[in-house]
Amino acid sequence: MAMEMRLPVARKPLSESLGRETKKHLVVPGDTITTDTGFMRGHGTYMGEEKLIASVAGSVERVNKLVCVKALKTRYHGEVGDIVVGRITERRRSAKDELAMRGFLQEGDLISAEVQAVFSDGAVSLHTRSLKYGKLGQGVLVQVSPSLVKRQKTHFHDLPCGASVILGNNGFIWIYPTPEHKEEDAGGFTANLEPVSLADREVISRLRNCIISLATQRMLLYDTSILYCYEASLPHQIKDILKPEIMEEIVMETRQRLLEQEG
Amino acid sequence: MAGLELLSDQGYRVDGRRAGELRKIQARMGVFAQADGSAYIEQGNTKALAVVYGPHEIRGSRARALPDRALVNCQYSSATFSTGERKRRPHGDRKSCEMGLQLRQTFEAAVLTQLHPRSQIDIYVQVLQADGGTYAACVNAATLAVLDAGIPMRDFVCACSAGFVDGTALADLSHVEEAAGGPQLALALLPSSGQIALLEMDARLHEDHLEQVLEAAAHAARDVHTLLDRVVRQHVQEASILLGD
Repeated sequence: MAMEMRLPVARKPLSESLGRETKKHLVVPGDTITTDTGFMRGHGTYMGEEKLIASVAGSVERVNKLVCVKALKTRYHGEVGDIVVGRITERRRSAKDELAMRGFLQEGDLISAEVQAVFSDGAVSLHTRSLKYGKLGQGVLVQVSPSLVKRQKTHFHDLPCGASVILGNNGFIWIYPTPEHKEEDAGGFTANLEPVSLADREVISRLRNCIISLATQRMLLYDTSILYCYEASLPHQIKDILKPEIMEEIVMETRQRLLEQEG
Repeated sequence: MAGLELLSDQGYRVDGRRAGELRKIQARMGVFAQADGSAYIEQGNTKALAVVYGPHEIRGSRARALPDRALVNCQYSSATFSTGERKRRPHGDRKSCEMGLQLRQTFEAAVLTQLHPRSQIDIYVQVLQADGGTYAACVNAATLAVLDAGIPMRDFVCACSAGFVDGTALADLSHVEEAAGGPQLALALLPSSGQIALLEMDARLHEDHLEQVLEAAAHAARDVHTLLDRVVRQHVQEASILLGD
């Protein structure tokens, strides 16, 4: 088996090569955001002696009268309407529940669901009441930081390269082969266990490595950025994508394409 | 050691510093990808690593959950190779337990625990090399790690140790100065408001000198804050540029 070894090399800060400045207002805890009492305080702030003070390190976001500080990296906070991907670890053991749900969802199953409600202590209640949610069959799961997943209208994407992704707001990303036809009556509770072709597997592996490269370079994840990264990685072999120099090259190309597209 | 002069006539300490001068501090945030938050700090030759997990569900007995706030759980561990003589027990001994308790007191004062009821925040600190001021280095590293994890805090918590020799207060003691046996004070401060999160001393000091030593420690803690503030801002700026949009 061939192995690759590297000597330690000093890391240079990634943002130097970009040469951009950020236009956002960055704060650290203890900083006064504003002394104007007309603002409503959102997440990441607290009120102290008539001043609004930041409680996390991040960028200030102002929407009309609401001021909040978005932290760089946090655990997932549920919000109503979010799509989440997760694994069932524990379930209520009541007789009624057993009869109803045992046939559909078991412990250890991977599911996609939507957040229905958020409780005051942070717990969320999920529902799978639409046919597009439910048990997930064959595919690959990638875990990234929740702050890297961009909020969009839809989180289910069928990419033109031949696979589909579900970008969970909680940072769990599910990559799976695009189903040929939409099953109407199966609902979301039966898993498709037919063997996946080699071509599909290669597309899925490449997508998985691309997503990990984007996450390592702290780039926002959404359908366009993942697609551009996939296309930029085509000249390389799938297993080479995770090497640091190739990762940097691919992500740099993705960044440039995205900048050209918006500007 | 007989004849060791902690403060020379010209006002220089054993390692060449002035009385109120801090050792060189270098810090980095986000050293581990798998933890929620992590940080590494070097204060002179003292090296400490802090890792934060949370807020997450209470592990173990659910009965320990507090209905209105989060539980802060701190564990202090010093590596077997951290001191001159190899240590036999890295954690679980009395000093480590006491340190863990002190760290917990410190961070319960600073972290806004009411925002996460019925959860637990774990802070693990590991000292890799101990050359005096280990409590201060642990607090500073843990502050950075908690910030890296995005857990809301009232303010930074900056800590520094101080001692008293020949009528002068010394800030940021090294191991040699601590071993000499004089009074030592450890102070953890919330810089913006000047509130004290923890003040600890277990030696004999005349009350007339207390204010001077306390002032030296507070001044040094504010200097530490300036440094940590710069580190965090740089880190946030870099990440913000990378995130784009």
